[in-house]
Amino acid sequence: MSSAFAIDVRGVTKKFGTRTVVNNIAMQVRPGEIYGFLGPNGSGKTTFLRMLCGLLTPDGGEGKCLGLDFRRESPEIKKRVGYMTQKFSFYEDLSIEENLEFIARLYGMPNRKAAVQKSLERLGMVERRKQLAGALSGGWKQRLALAACLIHEPQLLLLDEPTAGVDPKARREFWDEIHQLAAGGLTVLITTHYMDEASRCHRLAYIAYGNLLAHGTVAEVVKFGGLTTWEISGDNLAALADKIRKLPGVEQVVAFGTALHVSGRDEKKLSASLAPFMTGSQRWEKIEAGLEDVFISLMETAKDNYA
Amino acid sequence: MVQFIGNMSFTFHRFFAIVMKEFIQMRRDRLTFGMMIGVPMIQLILFGYAINSNPKHLPTAVFAADNSPFSRTLIWGLQNSSYFDLTREAHSVAEINTMLAENKVQFAVTIPVDFSRKLLRGEKPNLLLEADATDPSAVGFATAAVSQLATTVINRDLIGPLTKLRASAPPFNIVSHQHYNPESISQYNIVPGLMGVMLTMTMIMITGLAITRERERGTMENLLSTPVHPAEVIIGKIVPYIFVGYVQVTLILLAAKFLFNVPIIGNVPLLLALVLLFIVANLTVGITFSTIAKNQLQAMQMAFFFFLPSLLLSGYMFPFRGMPVWAQNIGECLPLTHFLRIVRGILLKGNGINEVAPDLWPIALFVAIMLAIGIKRYRQTLD
Ligand SMILES: Nc1ncnc2c1ncn2[C@@H]1O[C@H](COP(=O)(O)OP(=O)(O)OP(=O)(O)O)[C@@H](O)[C@H]1O
Ligand SMILES: [Mg+2]
Repeated sequence: MSSAFAIDVRGVTKKFGTRTVVNNIAMQVRPGEIYGFLGPNGSGKTTFLRMLCGLLTPDGGEGKCLGLDFRRESPEIKKRVGYMTQKFSFYEDLSIEENLEFIARLYGMPNRKAAVQKSLERLGMVERRKQLAGALSGGWKQRLALAACLIHEPQLLLLDEPTAGVDPKARREFWDEIHQLAAGGLTVLITTHYMDEASRCHRLAYIAYGNLLAHGTVAEVVKFGGLTTWEISGDNLAALADKIRKLPGVEQVVAFGTALHVSGRDEKKLSASLAPFMTGSQRWEKIEAGLEDVFISLMETAKDNYA
Repeated sequence: MVQFIGNMSFTFHRFFAIVMKEFIQMRRDRLTFGMMIGVPMIQLILFGYAINSNPKHLPTAVFAADNSPFSRTLIWGLQNSSYFDLTREAHSVAEINTMLAENKVQFAVTIPVDFSRKLLRGEKPNLLLEADATDPSAVGFATAAVSQLATTVINRDLIGPLTKLRASAPPFNIVSHQHYNPESISQYNIVPGLMGVMLTMTMIMITGLAITRERERGTMENLLSTPVHPAEVIIGKIVPYIFVGYVQVTLILLAAKFLFNVPIIGNVPLLLALVLLFIVANLTVGITFSTIAKNQLQAMQMAFFFFLPSLLLSGYMFPFRGMPVWAQNIGECLPLTHFLRIVRGILLKGNGINEVAPDLWPIALFVAIMLAIGIKRYRQTLD
């Protein structure tokens, strides 16, 4: 590989009509890394993934994907990439086994039968191989889709919200498998809306309105967000929340079951505004900002800048 | 275009993957599969049995302006021929026209005032046979029956000194007017023609859905993310339906021979070989439509948009030579027109490859153009 990165692209841009959906995005992903891709609905995540694997033609940008020019060599890239679409897109009128066989044939697997068998075993679907894909529950569909994406032993996995609507246990198993695969050298670019999943990524990128707002490890992103967060626990939190919400420097007031998180980027202003309330019976504690708070803060800023 | 052909060449394993998948899906989709086999059978039975190509006892009006023994003999002869039921008697030309227009009778026979006088003088009078030829197949045989009558019946009355009027030619002229439709279709046209019509309808409709269905169900995104080549997808989707087309052709040929006794005098293997070209022509139309249509409904509408002119301008419904030149020109561009000539030529006239060749290359040209459009229109991306 000519580049030290599995994905190394710059200036990637996509317009639909006059709307810029992906705006000048750069991304570098190291081999064997699990890279999280986050952003609000409609921020351009799916569009970006589609451009990477040649499903959409970019309006701008350059760079390499698996050492190949991502704009000119997409036929070659397709052979080495496994792309799992956001919406289940295997054939519902084909059985599990037939879907896997179809994909194995398309990629010209030399040992097709063995590959399908191995995949069925890993899925735990050997007995259900004859079941139609359309009859599977949502969680099983996701697992089938993942298995089908892996059958040709790709070097890069692009997963578009693979765990949407999947129960916590299945999600954990899914992530365990992703980590195993990454340990084996597979690069994974994964989009998600779940914060716990974001924190299971080696590094992540956050986009909103087509713009890359932050990237790095979780700690780096949190630091970049520059949020100060106070956690308040005790009684009368709802009343307190109403009082402080409009104060200068207070950007987010988020109620949890037994606690309130108050955050803002300007630490001095925030503390000055909150100081008069710290006398009550509640317990006040400065904590590290959560990823979610950081993302929401980033998005609010982006809204002011771009929208 | 050149670029992706350069980068990715057609490979058999990917093509075969598509073929296998299409076969499985076809088998699972009972409704479509039933339609592919059931529709031709239903049509065959409807067209074949409901259309009696040699109908008898057709309602006939007689206007005998000349009340002579010859007239009476003629009328008796008509009645006896079993083609005509003399259900009405008319007293004027106007009355006859009304009866024809109101669909009361299929035929009207007018025996002019001076019929017997002219006949006796050897002047060959006219006997007017008017037919409602909106249903032309009903007319042909009956008209022929009248000519027969002319010689056999009248000769019985030409005895004694009148024997000299007997001639090999009838002693009077039959002037036959076919109203509403100047040309008749021969009966055997229908079943072989049906083969072409069936193939056009089912092949275009089913493949018309083939790619739009993938797009609507979202499976296209997956397919496009694999290294599959447009030609592999398009040809891979065509092949299973070639097989279906042959099942239909076989059914129709068997029915033509054993149910409808269509005289098959031509070379059936030759026909089966040439049918391939026609099937492929229709499949490429369907595939091309489905690369253009945004959804399955649009694909269906486009299929009908193509099917209707094929049905009307190919010479299946109306005689080709009876159409205005512009319509003939459109007809010449449609594969069905040429296929009808081929199939009728081979089955009914016993034509060989040399005779049908002029109708082969237009279909081949059509396939080449459609395939080029289809492959060009097939999007390798989702833009
Ligand atoms: N083919 C298309 N034509 C026009 N607009 C499109 C097309 N595909 C996507 N868009 C628009 O581009 C924007 C980005 O869409 P995209 O699917 O990339 O968002 P996303 O980040 O994946 O969102 P989500 O989290 O909801 O999946 C959306 O506003 C969408 O409406
Ligand atoms: Mg998306």
